[in-house]
Amino acid sequence: MEVSGLRKRFGRREVLRGLDLKFAPGRITAVVGPNAAGKTTLIKSILGLVRRHPGDGVIRLDDLELNGDCAYREGIGYMPQTAPFPEQLTGREVLELVVGLRGHPADLDRELIERFALPAVLDQPVRTWSGGTRQKLNAALAFLFRPTLLILDEPTAGLDPLASAILKEKVLRSPAEGATVVLTSHLMSEVEELAQDLVFLLDGAVAYLGPVEGLLHQTGETRLERAMARALEAAAR
Amino acid sequence: MNLTLRVLSSQLRNVARSRWVIGYLLLLLAGTTLLLRFGGTGERALLSLLNVVLLLLPLVSVMFGVLYVHNAREFVELLLAQPVARGSLYSGLYAGVVLPLAGAFLVGTGVPLLLQGGDRGYLVHCGLLLAAGVLLTTGFTAMAVAVAVRFDDRARALGLALLIWLVCALLYDGLVLLVASALADYPLETPLLLMVFLNPVDLARVLLLMSFDVSALMGYTGAVYQKFFGAGGMVLAFAALLVATAVPYLFGRRWFLRKDF
Repeated sequence: MEVSGLRKRFGRREVLRGLDLKFAPGRITAVVGPNAAGKTTLIKSILGLVRRHPGDGVIRLDDLELNGDCAYREGIGYMPQTAPFPEQLTGREVLELVVGLRGHPADLDRELIERFALPAVLDQPVRTWSGGTRQKLNAALAFLFRPTLLILDEPTAGLDPLASAILKEKVLRSPAEGATVVLTSHLMSEVEELAQDLVFLLDGAVAYLGPVEGLLHQTGETRLERAMARALEAAAR
Repeated sequence: MNLTLRVLSSQLRNVARSRWVIGYLLLLLAGTTLLLRFGGTGERALLSLLNVVLLLLPLVSVMFGVLYVHNAREFVELLLAQPVARGSLYSGLYAGVVLPLAGAFLVGTGVPLLLQGGDRGYLVHCGLLLAAGVLLTTGFTAMAVAVAVRFDDRARALGLALLIWLVCALLYDGLVLLVASALADYPLETPLLLMVFLNPVDLARVLLLMSFDVSALMGYTGAVYQKFFGAGGMVLAFAALLVATAVPYLFGRRWFLRKDF
């Protein structure tokens, strides 16, 4: 996937100022940066949740230019930051709805549903679920359709350590299962654990793009957290 | 099954389980039954019911419409990440709120009215009342949905929706009266008729009053209206009520298609 010249402003605030990046196929890329750097806006632009106007740049997915048509989302699995489910529906109904919208594909990846022990709670309304349980279904939905592009926005936020480990293990396995992964995180330990490539956003522009080790070399640090802080200090000067 | 219907069916289940609509249905059932029982004969009860329809229906529609859209925001985000076109999602969303509201009104008001029974004229009036009520519901729900799509801030959206209700249900009448008294020396029939057409609540009120044969109470203007609504005016009035649904619906759709989530 390739993004070139991507811009976005909300009112007078310029959130993305001409991003040029490439997500290498079959790799795990972490998008990091301080709050309000434009991480979520970048993700939402790729998903078409945030609209682009002519002149706002181009997003290409496998040579297909995204133009507002929705069919390309067939190949995307998205896990938003907070689990978005209608409160009154049961988990099973949410699942059925999404599966139905995708046209009932036969080959579903139900691994996370089973490993998160979701079948036991699927028949209760979502409103009675804890935040962690919702987050589990949220994660399971992203993997359900064997996507070729996985987009995970703060995937482990709100998950208990066990669930978090299961999810991370699943993420690490997905390139082998044919997926390109893009994730955001504020936890540098998690980024070090999962990601091979790094996109470092700062004030809506790309401050670093390349392999994770590259940033460590560049700043002479051994830990990503320190390296990020260094880069931020350098940018402030 | 197409996408709109899928969205609709899951939203219907979602709405049906929130107790709002059931409460609304019970309120209408109880109110109509009481009016019919203690409000005098059929036609007089219909007149009292008319006022309930004209005030309560738009109010419930705007409130429920705004709250519903804001509550569905996360649901919308979930679906927009799926291969779903925004247009289908919007129509499913709108139908998901307007059908329960209109259904609750039809059942809550229609069933007691029909159980009461009456002559043919009474049934025609009931039919007109129910039709006008449904059109008011679709219109004010469309306005509320459009406002809620446009304004993410719940307080602001609710405030604006209430303002629309206040203007249409109460203030507009005062404005018409002001114009009428200030320009009493001029022939105002046609301008007033035009003004009535611009506000769905007024339009529904005049339409129903005319058909209920109480226009004699309205003096000369009433006679003008009577002449107008007797003929093709009735059709025109219903067409105008349909426009009052279509215009906000299309605006809401346009905003929805361009919205950043």
